[in-house]
Amino acid sequence: MTTPTLSSFAAPQGGRQSPSGGRAGTAMTFSIADTELNSRFFLGTASYPSPQILQQAITASGAQVVTVGLKRQLAAGGGTQNDFFQLIRDSGARLLPNTAGCRSAREAITLSQMARELFGTNWIKLEVVGDEHTLQPDPFELVTAAAELVRDGFEVFPYCTDDLVSCQRLLDAGCRILMPWGAPIGSGQGLINPYALRTLRARLPGVPLIVDAGIGSPADAVQAMELGYDAVLLNSAVAHARDPVQMARAFKLGIESGRLAYEAGIMAQQDMAVASTPVTGRPFIL
Amino acid sequence: MTTINITLNGEARQVPGGCTLAELLEASGQPAASFASAVNGEFVARDARAHTLLAEGDAVFTFQAITGG
Repeated sequence: MTTPTLSSFAAPQGGRQSPSGGRAGTAMTFSIADTELNSRFFLGTASYPSPQILQQAITASGAQVVTVGLKRQLAAGGGTQNDFFQLIRDSGARLLPNTAGCRSAREAITLSQMARELFGTNWIKLEVVGDEHTLQPDPFELVTAAAELVRDGFEVFPYCTDDLVSCQRLLDAGCRILMPWGAPIGSGQGLINPYALRTLRARLPGVPLIVDAGIGSPADAVQAMELGYDAVLLNSAVAHARDPVQMARAFKLGIESGRLAYEAGIMAQQDMAVASTPVTGRPFIL
Repeated sequence: MTTINITLNGEARQVPGGCTLAELLEASGQPAASFASAVNGEFVARDARAHTLLAEGDAVFTFQAITGG
């Protein structure tokens, strides 16, 4: 007898149909914020060794959404990183600006409005940090900012914790997507609380969920996808690799593999051995 | 002519009374579309800069696009 688990609730029955309605044959196609994408890999653009390596990494990743940021200028004005930014624009990927560095809803709202004008998109990765040590999102400021931004016409991608109730509050505030952390930003620890992530997937079956932050190796991305997450967003794991371009490809393959496995239906674990070769009794009675 | 004290990205500046945000920012020589602006923590859209009068003590900030995670 098999005891139902959270993962068995989340997994599509028989692997024929994904929860979002996609067919197994087009496992990488999905819709988010009314936009059809063919890649479940969202890539950050910070900290690459050179603009050329960033450009090659975006290409190798197959990512159609890349994150970007805003920086307060020096008094004299003027730009640095313009060469990086032009390459990102040229990549053709859809831009997802973030509000990195914000500590309050008010700051995040202002930065979001600036991002909308500067990047020409109403998509915003909403980040409001509540703790300096862990860079943990502040769930209260996040909900306040999300509600205001949704009212103002933004498509809010909140970078949030894996706490179920605060995620539900973000949905109540009008978010249509959630981006819970796997582990603290840049830590590379992988999914430190798979139970919480499984619970989110099981309790919020129709909501696009993206694991954002903390992914270290492609195995972590595979795990996220096998849990039924719709996509993965990561930056440091690629940018800090010895060969970022090859690592981008490694993650692409991992994400595809994990999604295919999820849609195919992963077998239930058993406590004891179950013979895989069909035999009738013992081959010889000697 | 009266002058007023403001800050631009944290640096103290004196500008003539009646100076608009657009006039202040034009002095940087940057294309107007290459950065976003805020006064006292409130976003000021590009089109609104020309009719946003600066006042004593205003804190003006400008932001540019960068890479991000």
